[in-house]
Amino acid sequence: MNTSIIQSRPDFAAIAAWIPQGSSVLDLGCGDGSLLRYLRETRDVRGYGVEISDANIAACIANGVNVIQNDLDHGLADFESDSFDFVILSQTLQATRHTEALMKEIVRVGRDGIVSFPNFGYWKNRLQIMQGHMPVSKILPYQWYDTPNVHLCTLNDFELLCDHLGLRILGRHVMNDSGDVNLLPNLRGSVAVYRFKREA
Amino acid sequence: MSGSVGIVSAQRATFEEPLSFSCGKVLPRFELMYETYGTLNAAKSNAILICHALSGHHHVAGRYADDEKNIGWWDNMIGPGKPVDTNKFFVIGLNNLGGCHGSTGPSSIDSASGKPYGSDFPMVTVEDWVHAQARLADMLGIRQFAAIIGGSLGGMQAMQWSITYPERVRNVLAIATAPHLTTENIAFNDVARNAILTDPDFHGGDFYQFGVVPTRGLRLARMLGHITYLSDDAMAGKFGRGLRSGEYKYGYDIEFEVESYLRYQGDKFAAYFDANTYLLMTKALDYFDPARHTEHNLARAFANVQANFLVVSFSSDWRFSPDRSREIVKALLHNKRDVSYAEITSQHGHDSFLMQDEQYFAVMRNYLERVAGECK
Repeated sequence: MNTSIIQSRPDFAAIAAWIPQGSSVLDLGCGDGSLLRYLRETRDVRGYGVEISDANIAACIANGVNVIQNDLDHGLADFESDSFDFVILSQTLQATRHTEALMKEIVRVGRDGIVSFPNFGYWKNRLQIMQGHMPVSKILPYQWYDTPNVHLCTLNDFELLCDHLGLRILGRHVMNDSGDVNLLPNLRGSVAVYRFKREA
Repeated sequence: MSGSVGIVSAQRATFEEPLSFSCGKVLPRFELMYETYGTLNAAKSNAILICHALSGHHHVAGRYADDEKNIGWWDNMIGPGKPVDTNKFFVIGLNNLGGCHGSTGPSSIDSASGKPYGSDFPMVTVEDWVHAQARLADMLGIRQFAAIIGGSLGGMQAMQWSITYPERVRNVLAIATAPHLTTENIAFNDVARNAILTDPDFHGGDFYQFGVVPTRGLRLARMLGHITYLSDDAMAGKFGRGLRSGEYKYGYDIEFEVESYLRYQGDKFAAYFDANTYLLMTKALDYFDPARHTEHNLARAFANVQANFLVVSFSSDWRFSPDRSREIVKALLHNKRDVSYAEITSQHGHDSFLMQDEQYFAVMRNYLERVAGECK
């Protein structure tokens, strides 16, 4: 099970690589708890997930993962400041409504924040727009009229937001279907994972 | 396939050691009625205690051979293949002290006086109940419960267990409950109590010797309580403004369907429930406040808790609202306890915790399957 999760979600491997043994982790929009379960089994991580969907709550509990049912757009009021080593938001940023407020909450509650998101600046997305259509792909599988994604951004845009919020980027991992991307990441990367923290 | 535990029978446990109450009174001996379902494993590690709410009792699941229609109050939740699976767990239901279903209570005969306790019965608290329940656990040879489960006032007992006996419970399932009652909740309880206390047949709690029962007060108390256990939407959906005869009669007899329902519920309840027990239960609710001993800091009240928690609330429950459950969750998070929280979308108000609901049951089942897997 462990390897299949990492294979199906390449951003998980990048996230996991940053998390040392025994860390405490809050996973926002944790889905069925796969990442937390993987981190627990491989790194003895102590964690909680936050989810809004009923089906995912039941799935997390079946996975033996602590999960709190909550709407991320209501903030993280249940969680105390500096109460986690890492707060993770994987492939969920683009679907949050109060994105800026949530970014602030992430660095309030966590020592480090880790965020992964689809890069809207990926060349295949740009190509579809040049052809006159909103991008639809494996990573962005929705039509413009039924998408939950309301805050899509490029790598450059995300880094501007971090700058605006006074966040220091500690690491960045960009990838596409073929693997890691180092050259021209904002053009060639389909998914990015960032690690950041508040400026001291 | 899920099924019923089938025919069950109640048992009586007698405790000859005195029990001291929070209020300072002492009972020299007491009895508790209980039922068990399933089999205790060799390690005695698969026991689950079910704590009842205001009007509950020990008959939690199954039915009686001589009274087939008397089905346990949580039979939808407990049985072979059900979320509380009696193929895996040894499940105990009991009637709390002060109750009126056979455990020692205000209507029991006080051996010292030869008369019913009535107004002499000690005021009970959730902590007192937990101490009495621990005696029952000792008697059954259960050192540590796999889980303690309760809704509403029952959830308060489950939480109290994790505070009073942290090493004796591995999992607490706290459902539709709160870390203490709100002011409004206490106010509702006081109106209900006043209905009983001011009934001329109450006789200061010693009505037994007068051969009367404060039926009117008890009936009103139940009617009021019942309204608050439902939601506006649930009542509107069930009764609307429906009229029994289809037209206004311009009188005070039953006209609206909801009046008929409430009076029926009130009458039914007043026919079997003890007025003193009702008073005691509502006071136990009012008094429960574990953070009272920690300068109103719930996180500190939970500081020694070892149990893992599942906290469940219901969206339409305005007496024990989701926000109250979140207070519990937050205090547990502060202490880095394992906790999951599910907020079930439901129309049925506080009573939702007794109803069958797909998501609610999935959460309970999934959680308890893990608990069962850990029972070695």
